[in-house]
Amino acid sequence: MTTTSPTIGRDARQTSGWQRFTRLAQSQGALLALVLLVLFGVVRYGDTFYGNYNVAEVLRYNSMFGLIALGMTFVIMTGGIDLSVGKMAALASVLAALLSPYGAVAAFVGPVLVGVLVGVFNGYLIAHLKMPPFIVTLGTLLATSGLALILANNSFVSVDFNSGFIQIGKDFLGVPVPVIIMLICYAIGIVTLNYTRFGRQVLAIGGNEEAARLMGLPVERTKIAVYALSGGLAAMAGVILATLTFTGIPNEGLGWELTAIAAVVVGGTVLTGGVGSVGTTLVGVLLLGLIFNILNFENGRGSISLSPYWQSVIRGVFLLVVVIFQSRLARRK
Amino acid sequence: MAQSYGLIGALLLLILFNILFTPNFLTIQTIKINLIQVSTIIIVATGMTLVVATGGIDLSVGSLMAIAGTVAPLIFLNPALQSMNPTGLNVVAILVAILIAGLFGLFNGVLVTAFRIQPIIATLVLFIAGRGIAQVLTNGNLQTFNNPGFQYIGVGQPFGIPLQVILMLIIVAVVAWAMRVTVFGRYVLATGGNEAAARLAGVPVDRIKLAVYGISGLLAGVAGLIAIARNASSDANLVGLGIELDAIAAVAVGGTPLTGGRATVIGTMIGAMMIQLIRFTLLAKGVPEPVARVVTAAIILVSVYMQRQQS
Repeated sequence: MTTTSPTIGRDARQTSGWQRFTRLAQSQGALLALVLLVLFGVVRYGDTFYGNYNVAEVLRYNSMFGLIALGMTFVIMTGGIDLSVGKMAALASVLAALLSPYGAVAAFVGPVLVGVLVGVFNGYLIAHLKMPPFIVTLGTLLATSGLALILANNSFVSVDFNSGFIQIGKDFLGVPVPVIIMLICYAIGIVTLNYTRFGRQVLAIGGNEEAARLMGLPVERTKIAVYALSGGLAAMAGVILATLTFTGIPNEGLGWELTAIAAVVVGGTVLTGGVGSVGTTLVGVLLLGLIFNILNFENGRGSISLSPYWQSVIRGVFLLVVVIFQSRLARRK
Repeated sequence: MAQSYGLIGALLLLILFNILFTPNFLTIQTIKINLIQVSTIIIVATGMTLVVATGGIDLSVGSLMAIAGTVAPLIFLNPALQSMNPTGLNVVAILVAILIAGLFGLFNGVLVTAFRIQPIIATLVLFIAGRGIAQVLTNGNLQTFNNPGFQYIGVGQPFGIPLQVILMLIIVAVVAWAMRVTVFGRYVLATGGNEAAARLAGVPVDRIKLAVYGISGLLAGVAGLIAIARNASSDANLVGLGIELDAIAAVAVGGTPLTGGRATVIGTMIGAMMIQLIRFTLLAKGVPEPVARVVTAAIILVSVYMQRQQS
């Protein structure tokens, strides 16, 4: 598990004790909930819960959402939103399947490059043509879903099993490769946000775009970079989807963007931009993923019988509790 | 104003193109199919226009459609209620279903006003949980029915006009009138234009927001009932799936800016019709559906870009 570190915009130099507490509760509340949920699982289900198999499978599956939510965190920190990520992942899974005969590298790098290009397109329209992010990325959502279906010929695309591509979905030294990829991306994300000029610029733009512009920060360039990052990471999630299912699935990814946004919000990044943390997004992703896992365990014990449909109800209620909690904290200030 | 003429002009051009180049376009059948396909989107998008006019957004409409579409059959198929007069039972089912959707809409409004949660997040809660609620109510099972009285909403054609199209036109007319003439309409625009100023000027901002989210929920409920009546079945997994994006696209193409403060209900209707007609034209010309999707995306982006240039 990566450590989490809250990162706060420029206005955070003077903070009272209460403000520090609310910030901590906002950024680490999700971590606390995650720890409690894990403890609950360990106590109640024992080693079937914390055993290698369950941990590896939960992480392997959620690595896709982790990558998407990571990009979304950066976008949201600039005050934007990216609705195209789910269908970008679907498109990338198709591209990866189509490229898989040419080897693992081509099938990994190709889709990611396309994702970056789509992101640059999003960013250009948003930053230079000043179009609303919601509409721009809604448009690319439609376009990428269409492209995915065109490339896949309205069907599933099977990956090539001989080229080594499916190794990306397997384990390396006992750890699933998708999880390694995700953790590396998060490590880079945390360093980028906290220790680089780019990270400062992202937060400054989200905090006050006009002020950032007046300070001479490259607002347009930073915004384009953020959407490119989001597109690239979404494509990476799509590549992982293809390695896990051995298929390029053009219809997948419906609603993934909103799940990712929920994870970002649960993690404590506020949607108005300017404040955020990368590590807590991962906590948000794992929290939402674990709810599903625990539901499965409960059903397996037979003590209760909840249909899988309860998953979305519980997730929604969870999101509700978190945002109400956050709004209370924000108002106390 | 110039921009709404542009929109109408584009729609007329599209229609003219189809009259000239699409065989059998000017048949009652073709026109009916297009209007029927677009009516639920327009009904939902009308509520969305009000929400967007206050500077908000409602992502939950598809899920609320699913809830309404699930609740109504649960009532009129309920064995315990079969002793009731069938017409009375249908009326109860329809009213309760729409009302429940409206209450969920109010819930969105409470989150936005009392808790000051951003609309996109507030309505994301029900986007996620709402469909889950509908699925839990039916355990994800398809509810099929043979209830001519109820299905009249979806298949009835008084004077040869599909009832859902009549409903849609009435809803659009009433809301457009309300936005243009009533104090409520002024308040909605004032809320979206400059909320702080509106508050200072004595506009009951919170009540207006509650109202628009409630109305959006009610209209989503109506659309949900139409959708299931059309299919003679209700599938909680599918009813209204993805309609929030269609509705938002219609609002944007119609000329209502997502920042709020301005609204054109008629524009939204024309926007939805234009998107529908473009897709129809492409499909009629043998363009594959996925390609039509890409073209639709391009048209949405170009039209929003042109509106930004004008304003």
